[in-house]
Amino acid sequence: MENHAEYRKELRKYATGLGWALLLTAIPFAVVAWHLLSPVWALTLIFILGLTQVVAHFKYFLHIGRSSHRDDLNLLLFSTLIVLLMVGGTLVVLFNLHSRMV
Amino acid sequence: MSEQKHAGINLKNKDRDTHQQAESPLFGFWVFMMSDAVIFALLFATYGVMMHNTAGGPGTHQSFELKSAFIETVLLLVSSFTFGMASLSMKYRPERLRHLVGWLIVTLLLGMTFLGFELHDFHSMAGKGAVPHRSGFLSAFFALVSTHGLHVASGCVWTIIMLIQLGVFGLSDQVKTRIMRLGLFWHFLDIIWVGIFSVVYLQGLL
Amino acid sequence: MNASPLWHFFFGELNYNSLPFYSPIATIGAGAEVFGALAAIALITYLGKWRYIWKEWLTSLDHKKIGIMYVMLALVMLSRGVIEGIMMRTQQAMAINNPGYLPPEHFGQLFSTHGTIMIFFMAMPFLTGLINVVMPQQIGARDVRFPLLNAISLWMTVAGAGMILISLVIGKFSTGGWSGYPPYTELHTMPSVGPDYWIWALTLSSIGTTLTGLNFAVTIYKERAPGMSFFKLPLFTWTSLCTSILMIFAMPPLTVCTLMLALDRYADFHFFTNGMGGDMMNYANLFWLFGHPEVYILILPSFGVFSEVFATFSSKRLYGYKSLVIATMVIAVLSFTVWLHHFFTMGQSAGVNAFFGIATMLIGIPTGVKIYDWMLTMYRGRVRLTTPMLYSVLFMVLFVIGGLTGIILATPPVDFQLHNTTFLVAHFHNMLIPGTLFGMLAGYNFWFPKAFGFRLNEALGKLSAWCFGIGFVLAFFPLYFTGIQGMPRRAQEIYNPAFAPYMYVAEVGAVILGLGLFALIAQLLVSLWQHKRTRVPLGDPWDARSLEWWSPCPAPEMNFYTVPKVHDRDQFMWMKEHGSAYVLPDKDAYEDIQMPNNSATAVVMGAAGFVGAFGLVWHIWWMAILGLVVVWGAVIARSFITHTHHTISADQLRDQHKAWLDKVAAAQPVSRDHETDPTNQGLAEVAP
Repeated sequence: MENHAEYRKELRKYATGLGWALLLTAIPFAVVAWHLLSPVWALTLIFILGLTQVVAHFKYFLHIGRSSHRDDLNLLLFSTLIVLLMVGGTLVVLFNLHSRMV
Repeated sequence: MSEQKHAGINLKNKDRDTHQQAESPLFGFWVFMMSDAVIFALLFATYGVMMHNTAGGPGTHQSFELKSAFIETVLLLVSSFTFGMASLSMKYRPERLRHLVGWLIVTLLLGMTFLGFELHDFHSMAGKGAVPHRSGFLSAFFALVSTHGLHVASGCVWTIIMLIQLGVFGLSDQVKTRIMRLGLFWHFLDIIWVGIFSVVYLQGLL
Repeated sequence: MNASPLWHFFFGELNYNSLPFYSPIATIGAGAEVFGALAAIALITYLGKWRYIWKEWLTSLDHKKIGIMYVMLALVMLSRGVIEGIMMRTQQAMAINNPGYLPPEHFGQLFSTHGTIMIFFMAMPFLTGLINVVMPQQIGARDVRFPLLNAISLWMTVAGAGMILISLVIGKFSTGGWSGYPPYTELHTMPSVGPDYWIWALTLSSIGTTLTGLNFAVTIYKERAPGMSFFKLPLFTWTSLCTSILMIFAMPPLTVCTLMLALDRYADFHFFTNGMGGDMMNYANLFWLFGHPEVYILILPSFGVFSEVFATFSSKRLYGYKSLVIATMVIAVLSFTVWLHHFFTMGQSAGVNAFFGIATMLIGIPTGVKIYDWMLTMYRGRVRLTTPMLYSVLFMVLFVIGGLTGIILATPPVDFQLHNTTFLVAHFHNMLIPGTLFGMLAGYNFWFPKAFGFRLNEALGKLSAWCFGIGFVLAFFPLYFTGIQGMPRRAQEIYNPAFAPYMYVAEVGAVILGLGLFALIAQLLVSLWQHKRTRVPLGDPWDARSLEWWSPCPAPEMNFYTVPKVHDRDQFMWMKEHGSAYVLPDKDAYEDIQMPNNSATAVVMGAAGFVGAFGLVWHIWWMAILGLVVVWGAVIARSFITHTHHTISADQLRDQHKAWLDKVAAAQPVSRDHETDPTNQGLAEVAP
């Protein structure tokens, strides 16, 4: 029953993914719904947990990990770099402009 | 072939032929998704820049509802899991098409329910005067969230087409690689949604 | 408008005033275009070639034919772009303290279409076409990885070009320049359909370009011949890869900002409007997030061409291969970090400007490395000054000057003086004409025999290279001087008589550039006429080094009879030196291969894309919806077709291979000194 063992292994992976996803969703929603933290800390937590959840989705649902194809990983890393440059650059440049107009 | 795995479900030991054929199309689709991710990234950046440009119109607190955002999130998260189940059925029980078809239909229904909730949200926002042409903030909001919604809708249409193709061709190699790509797409949309509920809804309702 | 609702339903905003009878110049331009199109249709009908064109070209998924169609599109659009350039130079030479012959609105349309055409519908199709023809053959592949997607890219680009062409006949184009800055291009300041033409033409072409980038990148990643590691890729393939990656990541910002502008114009959104919380500065930001990497999309393939040309015509191995590869990669990454230098004057703080100024200057370093590598490739080589080489040498001298003015502009305080003057116009023409255009034309002359099986006429080729070189210098160097003296760009009328002499010199230069275009067309026609004397069927007219020349000219459908095993960077030269280039391999070296069948899907999608975009421009909603439905319907319908390939058997391959090798064995090799003689049949003498 090698087949079956492998199936259970992969099934467990998806189930773990779902568990993490639900947990990482529930916490920030709870924080916001019941105002458990001050806005600054709440926002920090939301972004940290959001990023964690993105990583969890990549790991458990898209099966990206250390044994992934090099090409896929390179592409993902390069995309992350470009996205950071573009989003970070946009925010820096435009908030700088806004700050000089008030 | 190398022992490295591509993204999404790997058919390696079960169906070596399809596994080899799938490598380039899946990589191509992965590239496409990264390009699409840049589109979303810029929509997020634009939203971040315009978030406070309410021009005297409704702001985030008047526009958003935490409860429906939560329901939408859960729907989409669970649909990612059910698509995972569909992929596993395809890999381990290819002879029993009913499993695969069943999970795909469940995923489809979850996706369509998500869209229903989203449209309902938009409708109730419109009732409060929160329409895209009211302010820069609302323009950016609707552009970001409905671009994601349009992607989910295309995913639903794609799922329907795959269901038809399963009926016409059965589980052929080509159908298999297409379902694998659809899987990547569906999980990817979920990731974008994580960004949307964090950046748009939760940040907005702090 | 007092059109009836019924008219409005069927024809949207179209009416008599949309026709080009508002000015004689518009009428003549539109007339020439319509006449050209009708003449082409009449000629094809007269020759009875419709069936041939449909079966062999329009529906073909062969990367070589798709590439050739891209280049044909580029040459057609180049003709229109050059004519527009001459018209603008003539206006500026005439309009010194008088209105000249072009009214302001017409002048505005001209610089908008000129820029849009030259960037999106001349340079982009040209480089995409060259990469399409050459790159798969350089890496020993049978086709690109996704042949149908390749055709879809082509026809989307053609549809976009069609939008630009038809805008001359029906309606007026935008006056907002090639970058279409809002709020000027918003609905309340420009209610005409001009910006809509611009938006949808760009959207169609950027969809095509994104898909092309994806296709090329996957091809280079997954379809290389066995043994061809990344550091054995020919340099043109390397630059193609970097360009493809830039296309994948830099086109989305363009799509985003043009579609946001469309939402502003069509659905009353407020992304870039003056009031209601719009932020037009974000447009400049998004546009140049695309626009700067775009510059390197345009220049990198040319760098690839020059690398091949310098090595081949210096009869030497490329100097500094690794440094060239690394420089290319560095340029590709840095190109994402400098976009702000296009709007230094928008008002951000000095610190932000300084950061982007320094990042911009950094790009000069890898580019400088390349120039030295090319010079050292020529050093002590046996240089043959053929047409491609002439373009390359002209490039090297002129491009360095353009690069220097770029460093000047990268200094924010200097840019505050020179921003929006003709200095800028001179600078970017100095980069794009010697950089992109000369590179593309060098590649066109170099690989033409590969694509068609005969060489281009050398004398006319050199004439056109000299015309382009001299014409460029005369047309644009004066603009540096007027720019420093404060002459604004895009001026329809000039109020300072001191600029007059410069404008006259520039006008002479523009005319010479026009002669260059004329010589280019004449070269093609004369070469066609004389093609029996310049045929090179055996495949190697230039004693070349890389793999694409290891097959007859033109290459067979599947490119190669057997897939080569790669040992060396200059694989074909290696094979010639080891005597293995023209040896018939064992029977089991051949295997049955699958090649894609022709498909009308892409043509249908292109046509539907065009129709849909036209409907959007004129608010003919049924037409827009129809276009969209047909585009997606074609994709879905195609996914139900299963027999998409035909087989070429191993026996057929062996027979064809043997026929080619028999011809090679019977031929007389020529030395490099005689490569432009009629005796050159495409078999090079192996150098001692």
